[in-house]
Amino acid sequence: MNVTVGLAQLQPKIGDVTANLKMHLEYIAQAKSHGVDLLLFPELSLTGYNLQDLVYEVATQPTADDPAFRDLLQASADTHMDLMVGFVDTDLRARYYIAAAYLSEGQVVHVHHKVYLPTYTLFDEGRYFAWGDSVQAFDSRFGRLGMLICEDFWHASPPYLLWLDRADILLFHSASPGRGLDASDRLSSARWVQLVNQAYGSLFTNYVIHCNRVGFEDGLNFWGGSTIVDPDGEITVSGPLHEPALIVQTIDLNQLRRSRTRLPLLRDERTGLLSRELQRILGGIPAWPTSGSR
Amino acid sequence: MKHLIGTNEASPDVASKLLINTDLARKILVSFIRDAVTKAGFSKAVIGLSGGIDSALSAFLAVEALGAENVLGVRMPYRSSSEDSLTDAQRVIDQLGIPSLTIPITAMVEPLFEQFPDMSGMRKGNVMARQRMIVLYDQSSAWNGLVIGTSNKTEALLGYTTLYGDSAAALQPIEDLYKTQVRQLARALNLPQSILDKPPSADLWIGQTDEGELGYTYEEVDKVLYLLVEGRYTVEEAAAQGFDYHFVAGVWRRVRMNHYKRTMPNVAKLSRRSIGHDFLYLRDWAG
Repeated sequence: MNVTVGLAQLQPKIGDVTANLKMHLEYIAQAKSHGVDLLLFPELSLTGYNLQDLVYEVATQPTADDPAFRDLLQASADTHMDLMVGFVDTDLRARYYIAAAYLSEGQVVHVHHKVYLPTYTLFDEGRYFAWGDSVQAFDSRFGRLGMLICEDFWHASPPYLLWLDRADILLFHSASPGRGLDASDRLSSARWVQLVNQAYGSLFTNYVIHCNRVGFEDGLNFWGGSTIVDPDGEITVSGPLHEPALIVQTIDLNQLRRSRTRLPLLRDERTGLLSRELQRILGGIPAWPTSGSR
Repeated sequence: MKHLIGTNEASPDVASKLLINTDLARKILVSFIRDAVTKAGFSKAVIGLSGGIDSALSAFLAVEALGAENVLGVRMPYRSSSEDSLTDAQRVIDQLGIPSLTIPITAMVEPLFEQFPDMSGMRKGNVMARQRMIVLYDQSSAWNGLVIGTSNKTEALLGYTTLYGDSAAALQPIEDLYKTQVRQLARALNLPQSILDKPPSADLWIGQTDEGELGYTYEEVDKVLYLLVEGRYTVEEAAAQGFDYHFVAGVWRRVRMNHYKRTMPNVAKLSRRSIGHDFLYLRDWAG
């Protein structure tokens, strides 16, 4: 099966959901004209990233009762294009989550709450948001997918869990700030993320699709550089750095079979061993004796 | 006796870590200026041109971001300002083709000097820096453009600035570049050679140079600052990289002592939600 993927490398306006929704609909229309089947938006695409005390003003729930989601759900049905959008979810008990919603044919198929909230150096997410509690793959017409948000994939465990939960395509989105200017043609944060995306593609023999935003919030820049990595760990398309763009590429899901036949890392993954050793390491069953008689 | 510490053979690694990709820096900083100015609802900018490399570089970046006709260059000489400063500032104006004004500050500050005949050179220097700020902010209003700052990271960390003087601005495009990185970018943008070559100076009295005043070269102090700030080395760890311990300790002490110039004044907290504590919005919230 072929899937035409779009990456909306855009620049949201901080706190302005109305303006950002309009931008989403423009990108959706443009993507439709390019035959896109699956369109990713960046982290917090509907709200902007560094919200601080604005979190409480822009929080919503991903249902047709919300004006933005009403229009996005309608668009996903009208265009038969699946969408991954970023927003602030709330449980109406004053808990707020950095969230990603997967919309398909007028339905919200899955919502992921960001499980790792960077709260160090320039980041302060833990001050405003609650930590998500689950990492789960879900079914779509393209097969089984998994969504993660920025810091979630700066840890190996969530992508690994999604892989074990049978996701063959990992959908990452971020609002990754650019930092680390040196002699290289890209900032060190860009190099790090692209390296890590290639590692996941390589180690899991998965498609790894990453959409990052651009623009500025105060003096913080966002570096774009969205990518698609194939099951051989190769970057097959890379968005421009520091510029808005709609990146479009068609991927061949049959490549998963071809790559995994050559390199059966998934087949050979020993989840029983993993489970036993994790239980030992994290406290529980004592280790099996490895030498001598019992 | 003052002596310049510029002869240590420090680890060559640190010097190479200070090298920047000037194309990338230029791209990000030009976008930053354009974004910062337009999102605040403006299309124009004002910049004080001292004839030095920092204001020259900032002007070059501002012109690329906004267009030459939208950047007003302002020269504000005092009677003891060197001729070179004025000429170099004019070179920037001519090379960029920007509108400009020359507004001498002599008659503005001398009446205050006369009221306090034993005013020290340092006090006079600060008065002049703050008078220039007044002129620039007034021109900002007249020209309807934002004041572009010209601070660099080295001087900001060392506090080699006048509070509410040269450090006052609406945005600071090059404040995250060390002096030696400012030089790299300035060379790449083909600034006038005379500006690239001359020793940095605040030009607040005759013969003043930054490095003479600081007691070390920018080459050396940038390496130490890189280790202490980016690298998060302790003073001991940084010194072990091949620097005099007292030099390193002195630099770190100077950074600490000048932190008040980089932070807002303390607000005494009494309420449950206070400015400067938990009333948290981006500067961009204002639009």
